[in-house]
Amino acid sequence: MEFCGGHTHAIMRYAIDKLLDGYIEFIHGPGCPVCVASMDRIDLAIELAKMPNVIFTTYGDLLRVPGSYRKSLLDIRSEGHDIRSLYSCLDAIDIAVKNQDKNVIFFAIGFETTTPPTAVLLKKAKEMKLKNLFVVSNHVMTPPAIGYILNAGISHIDGIIGPGHVSVITGMKIYKELDIPIVISGFEAFDILKAVNMILDQHIKHERKVENAYTRAVTEEGNKEAQKLIEQTLDIRDTFNWRGIGPLPKSALKINKDYEMFDAEKAFDVKLPPSKEHPLCICPKVIVGKAKPTDCKLFGNLCTPENPIGSCMVSSEGACAAYYKYQEVELCM
Amino acid sequence: MCLAIPSKIVEILDNNIAIVDTMGVRRKASLELLNPKPKVGDYVLLHVGFAIEILSEEDALESLKLFEEALQYENELEQ
Repeated sequence: MEFCGGHTHAIMRYAIDKLLDGYIEFIHGPGCPVCVASMDRIDLAIELAKMPNVIFTTYGDLLRVPGSYRKSLLDIRSEGHDIRSLYSCLDAIDIAVKNQDKNVIFFAIGFETTTPPTAVLLKKAKEMKLKNLFVVSNHVMTPPAIGYILNAGISHIDGIIGPGHVSVITGMKIYKELDIPIVISGFEAFDILKAVNMILDQHIKHERKVENAYTRAVTEEGNKEAQKLIEQTLDIRDTFNWRGIGPLPKSALKINKDYEMFDAEKAFDVKLPPSKEHPLCICPKVIVGKAKPTDCKLFGNLCTPENPIGSCMVSSEGACAAYYKYQEVELCM
Repeated sequence: MCLAIPSKIVEILDNNIAIVDTMGVRRKASLELLNPKPKVGDYVLLHVGFAIEILSEEDALESLKLFEEALQYENELEQ
């Protein structure tokens, strides 16, 4: 299994799955932040964005994910709500400073790589004593998700291609307790082939250890400055809901007491309608490797990147988007 | 979200902000997550507007060469 959606796209883009067809099966993992955002979190985003006097900000892909009632943030924007996509979360500070009469909400999503920027945002907001900037933390963590997939016995997995940029931040040390060959990989074709080769080596030797095929960026200890910023601003949640997995204990982060004045979940009382998945969309199964995108009845006809039904087709890291984009690629040899 | 192309720092502005060059595209990036701080000419990995790691010049140039080869090959395929 390649955990990371960035790896799924590289595997499809360079046709590595076709090159190794019959020898290696790539099972696509949940490492796509937009894909794993549960329906109730998408509904929360939509309800927050619909509040009066709010400028709602988030990273681009999330805008196109349909909520329980088939409307996305983009649909809500076309109804007149002020919803903006950000390149950097620090842009939310400029928006807050320039719009003192509005409440600016940043809806933070992402794995360990995207968490430190949110920590910097919280620290700057406190330094600047901003009163109109709020953050929703949906930051999730990689090891609990890998642990869940291995324990749930969803698919036969011989090894894991570990996430490159998550590991830049966390270091190799976070995978120590997982009992399976794990090789951290970069995002280029040769990185992935090298990682596959190292997993095969472990498999042949009956080893189960964590190795690094992305030595130009990943170290044992990771980025300590980033880890310190996370510890100063965020705490581990008791449980958090993932699409495809459901509630997963100690798998996500919330804003800590020192920064709770910026926590949108405490500042705004939002009543959420009961959330529901699209009855035909198999995105929850695709996320955990139970199904391939092409197993879905909607794939490529009713559900396309232009008109996505599930989050796996929305995101530039989603497995369905990768299959749709690269399915015509044939190996030229 | 994971942009793996090495970016070169071309200018360092105030408030830990740098101008970086990613294969000819220039934009701002925050240096808040790096300690010690990089200097002009260093190569970094970028993620959502933040530099997250400093790369050695040797690794960065090797990586950029591979990206350029891959792009050239893809262009040839499309022609």
